[in-house]
Amino acid sequence: MEIMSLVVTGLSIASILLLVALGLAIIYGVTGVINLAHGELVMIGAYCAWAMQSFFGLGLLASLPLIFLATALLGWIIDRVVIRHLYDRPLDTILATWGIGVMAQQAVRLLAGGELRYVEMPEAMNHPVSLLGVEIPIFRIFILGLAVALFAFTWYLIFRTTLGLKLRAITQSREIASCFGVNSNRIYGLTFAYGAGLAGLAGAVVSPLKSVAPEMGTTYVVDAFMVVVLGGVESLIGSVASAFIIGQSSSAVAFYANDTIAKALVLLFIVILIRFRPQGLFAAKVRS
Amino acid sequence: MKITRRGFIRGAAAAGAIGATGFPYIWNKNLSLARAADGEIKVGVLFSLTGTTAIIEESLNKATIMAIEEINAAGGINGMKIVPVIEDPASDPATFAEKARKLVLSDKCVSVFGSYTSASRKAVLPVFEKRDNLYFYPTLYEGRECSKNVIYTGAVPNQQQDEFVPWLVEKFGKKWYLIGSNYIYPKEENNYCKKLLEGLGCEVVAEEYVPLGHSEFSSVVNKFQSLQPNVIFSTVVGDSVVALHRQYKAAGLDPAKMPMASLTTSENEVAAMGGEAAAGHFTSAPYFMVWDSPENHKFVDAYKARWGADKVTHFVSEPSYFQVYLFKQAVAKLAASDITPPNIREAIKGEGMVAPQGKVLIERENLHTWLWPKIGQCKSDGQFEILKQSADWLKPEPYKAYPNMHCTEAGLTES
Repeated sequence: MEIMSLVVTGLSIASILLLVALGLAIIYGVTGVINLAHGELVMIGAYCAWAMQSFFGLGLLASLPLIFLATALLGWIIDRVVIRHLYDRPLDTILATWGIGVMAQQAVRLLAGGELRYVEMPEAMNHPVSLLGVEIPIFRIFILGLAVALFAFTWYLIFRTTLGLKLRAITQSREIASCFGVNSNRIYGLTFAYGAGLAGLAGAVVSPLKSVAPEMGTTYVVDAFMVVVLGGVESLIGSVASAFIIGQSSSAVAFYANDTIAKALVLLFIVILIRFRPQGLFAAKVRS
Repeated sequence: MKITRRGFIRGAAAAGAIGATGFPYIWNKNLSLARAADGEIKVGVLFSLTGTTAIIEESLNKATIMAIEEINAAGGINGMKIVPVIEDPASDPATFAEKARKLVLSDKCVSVFGSYTSASRKAVLPVFEKRDNLYFYPTLYEGRECSKNVIYTGAVPNQQQDEFVPWLVEKFGKKWYLIGSNYIYPKEENNYCKKLLEGLGCEVVAEEYVPLGHSEFSSVVNKFQSLQPNVIFSTVVGDSVVALHRQYKAAGLDPAKMPMASLTTSENEVAAMGGEAAAGHFTSAPYFMVWDSPENHKFVDAYKARWGADKVTHFVSEPSYFQVYLFKQAVAKLAASDITPPNIREAIKGEGMVAPQGKVLIERENLHTWLWPKIGQCKSDGQFEILKQSADWLKPEPYKAYPNMHCTEAGLTES
């Protein structure tokens, strides 16, 4: 009984982690860009949800596709204007994306104001259901479902489509892929846009459970990096596994001790693991 | 001219000697001149306008400015205008200290109004103590401080809890869950709360602290469900409050059976989480926006007229407002040439006024304020319904959780 509710809590933490980390994993896995503005893309997604609701009266679910498109477009613009010129200088992308993040935060503060905002939870989901003897908020189940669906879609995109084939070819060797006529520049742009769109979706979906503020991205980018680093970059399955592990262990430790200790222990565990397995839990087989 | 090492040292020593003897004299002269000159009284206003706590500190800045404008419009203090020097410490304690130094040393303010967080107050404290200047601090805080350079106009633990805790025990029961953010304020409040609960024969089923900025409360909500406390005593602050309330609501918990009782949830936080998520929970504070008194109607109307009809007043902006008036009353008792921080401190002791919350008074002993605690229940329209006001105003006792320590005019004494 208690175990059951712990597992469910762990799953719902893991689903949010996965949702937030997915976009980061893809961008990093394919383009090698460490996108420090990822948290700000999550934040912008949340603000889009707020804007849709308060200016156009659009509910959260109805605005999700629009939010995905809007943040993807923003990602594409960022890639075309800034990141594209830095693909051969990976270290500089850290500085550039960080700068973009700072600008995004301030821009939102200027446009939407500094106060905390909130997004209405869809009425039908604002109560719990009893499942396997555990009370679970419907909205948490929705997040879990969405995370799984987006993961499945991403997996399909990468492993079952021509676009994905090109993408994997570039990951293995950009030069050789280019020799075979793959337009790596275009693929990079699309990947960045897709990753940004996923980040925006994540932000929109978590906004009814949490608060919406210009600084909210900072915590998400840390969580997302934990997941990606633990799971092994370039490995989608790795991200799922590590989100699951982090979610379950935080849930268990938080229940028997508290959230502060859970956070510290999980970080400690990741640091130790990386010391012995720098490539993360699941390393993709890539010829270096 | 050739600079030799010896010549340089000699020159530096001479400059140092002149600096040590000459400058303080010039400074002092300038100080007294500046303070009385041109019919102006300079004060500092030190609230963050950018950074993480800017959201709330902006409203404190606004309340302070409004009070200063009102006083000046009504003729100032004995014909002298209050001139505010506004600085933005950017939510960073180190910047707070730096700006405080500027306000005290180069702007020569006779007092400074500022700070929301305890961290920023602690950061500026040495500046004010070293120069014997005065800092007006409007926030409710954890107590356990006794400085003769700070005028505290917010509530300390005994003022928020003495009425609140027994009332909740009687109404809901004896099984309590204490949750707070992980820093000094919640720990001191809980410290005092546990003392009260012990005296009432209650049981604390859990005492838990979450990291500042924490937003994933599913484990906590899970524990609420399995431990089934009668009251959840919350000192969670900032955006975490919003996440906690929203996740409590999504989990289908019922405030009528397991209410959250908070010392920190004001109209501001409620606006950020939506009234629906806040409805039914309780807050104890000396001031609520809906408080029905002529002084409060005047304050709220003036605030909305000055800053916008959608703005809310709350239990930190109200002290930010009335403390400027207390400052005015104290300064009005002094001759223009006597307006110095130590004289203002002596003049403000025992000074009282009818504030929006009711009659308040600066306690002579510890420079804290006598206040009127109230218990409010949040409604879904985002405002509070005031269920109870204390029968009498409450004396501030910043060391009540430490019975052998006393804050007196001479300083902190231990018995």
